[in-house]
Amino acid sequence: MDIPHLVEWTIESIVIVVGLIAGFAYLTLFERKILARIQVRIGPNRAGPWGLLQPVADGIKLIFKEELIPNRADKLLFVLAPVITVVPALIVLAVVPLGPDMMIFGHNVTLGIAGDVNVGVLYIMAVSSIAVYGIAIAGWSSSNKYALMGGLRATAQMISYELALGLAFVGPILLANSMNLMDIVNAQRGLLGWYIWLQPLGFIIFLLAGIAEVNRDPFDMPEAEQELTAGYHAEYSGMKFALMFMAEYDKMIAVSMIAATLFLGGFWGPFVEQIPLLGPVYLLIKTIFLLFVMIWMRATLVRFRYDRLMAFGWKVLLPLALVNVVVTAVIVLVGG
Amino acid sequence: MFGEAHMHDQWIFVAFFLPIGFIAAAVPIIAARILGPRKPNPVKLSTYECGVETVGDTWVQFKVQYYVFALIFVIFDVEAVFLFPWAVAYNQLQLYMVLEGVLFILILAAGLFYVWRKGALEWS
Repeated sequence: MDIPHLVEWTIESIVIVVGLIAGFAYLTLFERKILARIQVRIGPNRAGPWGLLQPVADGIKLIFKEELIPNRADKLLFVLAPVITVVPALIVLAVVPLGPDMMIFGHNVTLGIAGDVNVGVLYIMAVSSIAVYGIAIAGWSSSNKYALMGGLRATAQMISYELALGLAFVGPILLANSMNLMDIVNAQRGLLGWYIWLQPLGFIIFLLAGIAEVNRDPFDMPEAEQELTAGYHAEYSGMKFALMFMAEYDKMIAVSMIAATLFLGGFWGPFVEQIPLLGPVYLLIKTIFLLFVMIWMRATLVRFRYDRLMAFGWKVLLPLALVNVVVTAVIVLVGG
Repeated sequence: MFGEAHMHDQWIFVAFFLPIGFIAAAVPIIAARILGPRKPNPVKLSTYECGVETVGDTWVQFKVQYYVFALIFVIFDVEAVFLFPWAVAYNQLQLYMVLEGVLFILILAAGLFYVWRKGALEWS
């Protein structure tokens, strides 16, 4: 460890965290625009050209809002919960490689914070499970029956779908023989090398479980407006509310980026070997495509009933994920 | 220069990332505390339950089914993690090791089948 390293790490981590915060802000705008278009509306268009300043306006508004902590709430946990929820969403992308090594100002720079760690997949699983605590604590500490119900539902849902999500990771690991995300990405050069062709079922399981994991429609039971008002963040206001939302949207970005890394070839695309700077661009395009699919699903599908949601996770996705692991193992054994 | 960084360096990098994540989460909360108005009154601070006074304690006993799902989850999750090293070393395994892995998955499936038949997955 020396000074140039430290400077590089600081810059890169700050860029990624700030990028995620800006990503959250503009994902909300992106979502509102697309939802509006699908519902034959125009969407936000007042703040700045095409409504581009809308997230900024929202942020400024939220900072100047009064924040309430209900009298009956557990005050410490109530303040802590948004932090516990948002931090995993911000740090989970640390192990995702964002691009090939490249020369910038005569330095050999690795994009992505630690794309080369040997147990990157395990890190993703470990960090993403921490977010469940934040949501359970938020629901419990609000001392509100709706929030408690929402928190409980979210906890049960997230742990149920985490199993299928974890098993969906096994497919790419089997094919690449590594938990190192850089290895997994490098094994998918060329369009035909993408693991989505070898793991179509795994990809679908990953995407569905991922959407359930971030509590998005059609799996957004914990936030069901009609029956739970807003679920676990019913009592949150102002910036703490924004942090809860930031966690949800950053988790969306994280799930999409991890799905793109595991199944859609990560940063590989045409001409990346000649122009390494294209790598992050391709990864971003793939991520935005998956985000668009998620928003599209939200605009199209209705919400599951809670018992069906749990039944789907345990009786459909989990057995399918187990079958997928066995079939992949057999094919790898026979084929290679 | 950076390409030669060792794995341990990369973990330091991840550890380094953590405080930045915390700062990013703490700054908005503190900023809102400084900038936002604070005029609390008892009505504002009451629990939001659609305008109705809260009845009784909120932290009541809830459905036992949540515990059942949590228990099943712990068992399956711990077992599923064992598949990761198996998958990493897959191309170096001998046939009987592969079969042991498959056997392990079958035991997992049998456990799931048992839980299913016992009705623990029903939300009644």
